[in-house]
Amino acid sequence: MIRFTAIRLIEIAAMLVLMSFVIYALIGLMPGDPIDLMLGADPHLTSADIARLKVLYGVDRPLIERYLAWAQAALHGDLGYSRLFLTPVAATLLPRLGNSLILMGSSFAIAFAASLGLGIAAARRPRTRFDGVVNLACFAGVSLPTFWLALILILIFAEGLGWLPASGTGGGENGDLADQLQHLLLPVVTLVIASIGGYTRYIRAAMRDALGQDHIRTARAKGASEARVVWRHALRSAMVPVATILALSFGTLVSGALVTEEMFAYPGMGKLIFDAVMGNDYNLALAALLLATAVTMLANLAADLAYAWLDPRVSYQ
Amino acid sequence: MRLPAFLLALIAVASLTGPFAAHLLGGDPAAVDLLHRFAAPSAAHPLGTDELGRDLMLRLMEGGRVSLTIGIAAALAAAAVGTAVGLAAGYLGGWTDRVLMRLADGVIALPLLPLLIVLAALDLHKIGISRSLAESSGVSLMRIVVLAVLVVWTTAARLVRGATLVTKSRDFVRAAQSLGAGVPHILWRHILPNVMAPLVVATTLSVGDIILLESVLSFLGLGVQPPLASWGSMLSNAEELISSSPLLAIYPGAMIFLTVIACNLLGDALLQRFDPREPGRT
Repeated sequence: MIRFTAIRLIEIAAMLVLMSFVIYALIGLMPGDPIDLMLGADPHLTSADIARLKVLYGVDRPLIERYLAWAQAALHGDLGYSRLFLTPVAATLLPRLGNSLILMGSSFAIAFAASLGLGIAAARRPRTRFDGVVNLACFAGVSLPTFWLALILILIFAEGLGWLPASGTGGGENGDLADQLQHLLLPVVTLVIASIGGYTRYIRAAMRDALGQDHIRTARAKGASEARVVWRHALRSAMVPVATILALSFGTLVSGALVTEEMFAYPGMGKLIFDAVMGNDYNLALAALLLATAVTMLANLAADLAYAWLDPRVSYQ
Repeated sequence: MRLPAFLLALIAVASLTGPFAAHLLGGDPAAVDLLHRFAAPSAAHPLGTDELGRDLMLRLMEGGRVSLTIGIAAALAAAAVGTAVGLAAGYLGGWTDRVLMRLADGVIALPLLPLLIVLAALDLHKIGISRSLAESSGVSLMRIVVLAVLVVWTTAARLVRGATLVTKSRDFVRAAQSLGAGVPHILWRHILPNVMAPLVVATTLSVGDIILLESVLSFLGLGVQPPLASWGSMLSNAEELISSSPLLAIYPGAMIFLTVIACNLLGDALLQRFDPREPGRT
């Protein structure tokens, strides 16, 4: 198990190095270049100044050399300066990561708990009206464009009824918790609706398979109560395929969070990545994309470990 | 199965006949009429007009044409790419299989939207495509199709690989091999027909996913570029006007929702027809 985790961590590190080079190369291909932008901001720059700036920023050197210089600095903890925020990149990144983890963590917990209840209830009553309604609702959930859902929720609860704020994190200077929760509510509801349909369908399917297995009949035959059969015996084996699917779904959750944060002007990683890409903030975009990828891959690893823990047949030796 | 198929056919017909309808009604979806902005529904404009006085119904039909074309083209392209990868991985096995499937796993697990935003924002001029070509609407549509294929090919690849692994050791394939049939013949005549059913299901489902992807990219200003419009890019304009004219935002979003749910329900119905073991399974 420790060996498996170590190998996976090395793989993740290798993947991140590869991704960092690809993203570094791609970001150089985005519209505008930093020298042009400086020229736009200060028209008095002479061509000698521009040549000097190019050397200073290393734009005249080949791609691989620039990448290695960036990587060396990054390994020493220097991710460069953000052009948009005029701060060191790491200082901008970390609070945003915290905000995103709050949004994604609470949405995931709520969506998973609710879909567990719904999926199990539907799996216990296959082909009933209840099962049909849950199935249709799941399809509706996965078919809703997240940004449109956010727009409709803003239209109803912020514009129309005026119950909830439509943007920001709130809290003010003294960190008013109730205000922060109010600001979190609409983004969380959006992300929960966006992810609950998929989760419920996986859980229902896995639970249907699990309930048909021999050891369930054995458990019933030896007189275990229905609740015990469902929640202990069937759920445990249903969680194995569900863990696999969940491991693969974190990337989708991050994508959903990006849209949600953008719609509600919620200062998280997703909005930061979008703003950095749109604003030609190369250092920030690169670091933020890598951080988002790293977090996703670590969440993946966590789900893989849960998989081994749930299924004693899997040993990862 | 009837209802989603009917709904989808209705949306497709309405979208694809958009140009004729525009001709018939004597309107033009791109015609700006600043004297009649935000007009209420009338005989001339059945759904009213938008912020530039353009006919909303004609614009919705036009947007549907763009969204559906991208969805179907990219779904077919992704199915073709995925099938090629899946056949190669499943039939050749060994290192080819390991590398290709590792790649597919990697793509599935990545946070795709943030990475797609970078790819969608790339300046094609910088990789040597002429400025006018890089900004033409044909290239902007192609770019969205390519991005969608990058995301969606994995489903078909896994399905086809799995089916190939099962089929290649079956007796009729062995018989064909011993009779001296070449690899292309075996793949085409013996293996591919056996994966057609799940492939059709996966492709139908992916049309919906691609339309969602296109709509979010267009909404963020990175997808379909003006003068072309898709449902997603229509929502992008409508967002700022949401409090004064909410209907401008409600219609295009509802069209996306209806189209995507119709694709998903149709895919699910096809799945049950091909594999009637258990209803509602993914």
